[in-house]
Amino acid sequence: MDNHTRKKILAAFRHNPMAIAGTLLILFFALTALLAPWVAGNPNTLDVNARLVAPCAAHPFGTDEMGRDYLARCIYGGRTSLLVGFLSMILSTAIGVAIGSVSGYLGGKTDIVIMRLVDALLSLPTFLIMMVMNAYLSAGIRNVILIIGFLTWMNLARIVRGETLTLKEREYVVYSRISGQKRFRIILRHILPNMMPTIIVSATINVAQAILMESALSFFGLGIVPPTASWGSMLNNAQNRMTTAPWLAIFPGLLILLTVLSFNYVGEFLRKAYDRS
Amino acid sequence: MKHILSKIVQSILVMFLVSILCFALIKLAPGDPVLTYVQPNMSESYIATLRERLGLTKPLPEQYLLWLGRILHGNFGYSLVNNRPVLQQILERLPATFLLMGVSLVLAVVISIPLGMKCGERPGGALDRFTSAVSYVGISIPNYWFGILLIYLFSVYLGWLPSIGMHSTGNHSLPDLLRHLILPCTVMTYVNAAQFTRYIRSSTITQLSEDYVTVQKAYGTPRRRIMYGNVLKNAILPLITVLGMSLQSLVSGAMICEQVFAWPGTGQLAVTAVTTFDYPLIMGITMMTALMIVVGNLLADLLYTIVDPRIRQAA
Repeated sequence: MDNHTRKKILAAFRHNPMAIAGTLLILFFALTALLAPWVAGNPNTLDVNARLVAPCAAHPFGTDEMGRDYLARCIYGGRTSLLVGFLSMILSTAIGVAIGSVSGYLGGKTDIVIMRLVDALLSLPTFLIMMVMNAYLSAGIRNVILIIGFLTWMNLARIVRGETLTLKEREYVVYSRISGQKRFRIILRHILPNMMPTIIVSATINVAQAILMESALSFFGLGIVPPTASWGSMLNNAQNRMTTAPWLAIFPGLLILLTVLSFNYVGEFLRKAYDRS
Repeated sequence: MKHILSKIVQSILVMFLVSILCFALIKLAPGDPVLTYVQPNMSESYIATLRERLGLTKPLPEQYLLWLGRILHGNFGYSLVNNRPVLQQILERLPATFLLMGVSLVLAVVISIPLGMKCGERPGGALDRFTSAVSYVGISIPNYWFGILLIYLFSVYLGWLPSIGMHSTGNHSLPDLLRHLILPCTVMTYVNAAQFTRYIRSSTITQLSEDYVTVQKAYGTPRRRIMYGNVLKNAILPLITVLGMSLQSLVSGAMICEQVFAWPGTGQLAVTAVTTFDYPLIMGITMMTALMIVVGNLLADLLYTIVDPRIRQAA
């Protein structure tokens, strides 16, 4: 990305209050999650005298059925959700970029086989496969990240392949090929840097998707299970108490919505900004 | 014609790969499958015979081919939980899923086309900004959470609508079915319409900057005629592709939605199958759903070829 593009995007950013708000919100959630031990109270302190207290000054998000402070639990839950979202994104982006660029650059039979495999994976009911895998492997953060990462790279692979097909016909790529550079090096040095905008946009939106998937899995009692909490698993626990303690369901859901919304909006903003410059 | 044929061949190839993946998925399952049939009073040698009879001693490729052969004859095996034929169980549940997905898909398309066009006609206007905000929330909201909020508001708090199932007990009338359909349908329509509206809006904007629109305007063709005579046709073309592509997420969405509203469709059956480790049922549902997605994609491709003559000529 050259200096000119960067300047243009920064200028567009300054004139888009929603994009600023989204970025700030993401930063705020990320910081809170990182600094959870210092900013949040203990999420596991039980207080039998303060069970299911509605939001008040002492407990801004209320307390749960064991009298634990719900704000602290939401902050720690966010830690899990954001971690899963971020690491799954890294995994799926890495796989998608690697497979897409190799498939597109090599072309021929390799390309055909890989792309049909991608088609096949895109035809599977992903959520069902995730549930099945989750039931096989023991629940836990690491496995959820692996499952989401390995099942969400296909769309990016398709896009990266498409761009590789165009980029490999460019003169500088043809030149480096003729001058005898290794294929791997050409992909890394000459092709991938030219599609950074696509990768960045896709990665941003991927975080949002991963957070949604983790939350849905955990909501069904798979994915993240107690004692670890994520926003999704908190909702699983909350749905039976909708009538008596609706705040238990409202806060984690609202936090997921705000986080996903921010990532989606910032991703879309970047897409438009890159397209214009 | 050649284009269509190659698409069909590709779809068959994809289904073949899907079947391999599906078979691998079950073979990767932890535990010895024969254990599900074993009873405490069986002898070692009987278990060995059983293993042989179930074909578990054969090499994997042969097991796969045998399994594929049975699937192609419509034999998906029997559920481990209730011993009923898998195919029969799936077919029983399909109408409910088709009803929910069909109604919400049609509603989403009907809402998003005019709405997306209106927004694309005046980007940045009041309607566009409002719709944009609402659709951003639509693509970002966890659909199960939206579902439980609706249940809380309309079923628990206001008591207007039933929260779960497809029928009230003993009541199989149409009005009752429709009342049950409202909430799950609202969730799915909202999520889908949010996505479709964004596509229609952006393709409308692209179309409006085309030369033919400028020419029409110069000739004094009324705005409505340009919009609904020319732009509409071109703007909804990408929607066909988007529909095909979003089938996968649609199915996942429906699965979650069915579970939240206890809607007796295949999605709910799938969740039950996973939680009870009912492998034949999981395999059956995976294969059937994948088939639906592949056929849906193929139909979208074919429809595109019919609607857009340029593709036919290019092929």
